[in-house]
Amino acid sequence: MDDPNRREFIGTVVTTALASVLAPGTARADAASPHSPPGAPPPTLTPPPDIPVALTVNGTTVRLTLDPRTTLLDALRESMHLTGSKKGCDHGQCGACTVHLNGRRVLACLTLAVMAQDQPVTTIEGLARGDTLHPMQQAFIDRDGLQCGYCTPGQIMSAVALLNEPCGPADDDVRECMSGNICRCGAYPNIVAAVQDVRTATARG
Amino acid sequence: MHPFLYTLAADEPTARRIAATDPAAAFIAGGTTLIDLMKLNVEHPAQLVDITRLPLAKVEELPDGGIRVGAMVRNSDLANHMLIQARYPVLSQALLAGASPQLRNMATTGGNILQRTRCWYFRDTATPCNKRDPGSGCSALHGQNRIHAVLGASDHCIATHASDMCVALAALGAIVRIHGPSGDRALPFSIFHLVPGAHPERETALQHGELIVGIDIPRLPFATRSVYLKVRDRRSYAFALASAAVALDIRDGIIRDARVALGGVATKPWRSQAAESALVGKTAGSAAYHAAAMAALEGAVPRARNAFKIELAKRTLMRALARAGALA
Repeated sequence: MDDPNRREFIGTVVTTALASVLAPGTARADAASPHSPPGAPPPTLTPPPDIPVALTVNGTTVRLTLDPRTTLLDALRESMHLTGSKKGCDHGQCGACTVHLNGRRVLACLTLAVMAQDQPVTTIEGLARGDTLHPMQQAFIDRDGLQCGYCTPGQIMSAVALLNEPCGPADDDVRECMSGNICRCGAYPNIVAAVQDVRTATARG
Repeated sequence: MHPFLYTLAADEPTARRIAATDPAAAFIAGGTTLIDLMKLNVEHPAQLVDITRLPLAKVEELPDGGIRVGAMVRNSDLANHMLIQARYPVLSQALLAGASPQLRNMATTGGNILQRTRCWYFRDTATPCNKRDPGSGCSALHGQNRIHAVLGASDHCIATHASDMCVALAALGAIVRIHGPSGDRALPFSIFHLVPGAHPERETALQHGELIVGIDIPRLPFATRSVYLKVRDRRSYAFALASAAVALDIRDGIIRDARVALGGVATKPWRSQAAESALVGKTAGSAAYHAAAMAALEGAVPRARNAFKIELAKRTLMRALARAGALA
C-alpha cells in the first residue's frame, strides 16, 4: 500500500488535470465528505507527509516513519519484515492477518499502524519461547492442522486468543469461535482437534 | 486508498472541533467498515479523527433500570457483559451472530450503528449506485438482487442494512446519544436510521460534526425473554438473509407486550409495530406468531431474485417467537 499502485497513479493524473482548473487551495475545501460520492471532486491526492509511528511488537519497540495509510499488517510485513502474518483478502474477511493487540485478537489488515501505538502487539513470531514452540503451535504440528500453511499463522493466533475467551466446550463451539479464520485447504477437522488438545491440556494443567 | 491526515483526539471537544471545521473529516474508532471502504475507494475522508482514546467505553446502569453503553464499548465486550446477558439476551445474541471474533474485538457500539450496507454494487466503484454516487442509478434494481431488501426500499435503492446489533437495539427501543456543534441530542432508534426514498446517500439523522457518544437501552423487564435468530447462507461469519429480534411478555399464557424487529430484509433496522400489535392480547402460540409474521411482511416488495426472503423472514420470525415463547 506504500507503493503507488495503478489506481492511485490514474488518480494522480486526474488530480493533476483538475488542479489546472481549480484555484490553489480549493481542492481541500471542495474535498468530498466521507459519505459523499466519488462523483464529487476528489480530495487532494498529494500524499500526506510520513509520520512517526512507534510500535511495540513481540516485546520490542520499533520507531518507524510511515505513510498514515499504512496498515499494521503492512508495517509488520514490509517495514519490520515480520512476514509471518499473512495478507489474504486484505479486507477483513479471511483472518490470515490475525494478531494480538493488547492481548486480544484483531485483524491487522483493518488496523492502521498509527492507531496501534502504545499497545503491545503479538504476532506469530512472538509465540515461541526460544526453540520451544507455544503449545498451540506444537498441537497444530501434532494434529497436522494445515496443508498449504498460508492461513496457519492467523489460525494459531486466533486459537491462542480463544483460550482466554468465553467459548463453549464442544467442537461446534470451537468451530464458531474459529469462524473468522478461513482455510481453503479445508484443514478444519484437524484444526479443531489441535485447539481441543490444548484446551484439554490447559484445563488439566 | 486516498491520502488522509491522521489526528489523534485527546478529548471529546477536540474531536468535535476538528470534525466540525473539516467537512471532509471522519471519526474513526474500530475502523472495520471505514478502512475496508477506504481501500475500495468507496469512502475517502481527507482527515481521520481517531476517537479511540475518548473515555466512552463504559457500560453503566441508569437510575431508572436502563443501561447506558458508551460508543467505544467493543462489540465483544458488550456481548459478554453480564448486565446485557442478563437483561437483554437478544442484544448479546445479535452481537455474537455478527462478524467474527476478531472483528467484534475491534468494532464499537457507535461504529456498528453506522455500519454500511454490504450491497455489492455499493462496494464496487465500477457500477452505478445512488447511495455511493447520487443520481447514477441503482444497479441492484434489475441486477443480482438476491441479498437485497423487500421492506423499506425505493426505486432508488434496495440495499439492506447490514448490522445485527441494530436489529436488537431497534426491538429494544434504544436511544442514540449524540453530541454536536448545535448541542446534545438523544434520538430514538426508530428515527435515527432513514429509509432511502429519493436520497439513499442519507442513511441516518446524524449531521456532519456530530459524534455518537453512546446509547441508552430503556428498562424492559420482559426482555429477559428475548431471542435473536439469524438465517444466512453459511452457519457463521455471514450476513443475514433474514433475522428477527423478539421479546415477549407472557403472563397466564397471554401475550401482554411484545417487541419485534427484522434484519437482512429491510433498508434499515426494521421494527414492526404491526407485528407487535398482532401479538398483544393473543394466546402465546403458533396462531399468534403466524399472524405476527403476516403483519410484519405485509407490503413487502420482492425483486427478481429475492422473493424467497418474504417467506424466509416470516418463518424466521415465527421460529424466533416460538423460541422466545418457550423460554421460562
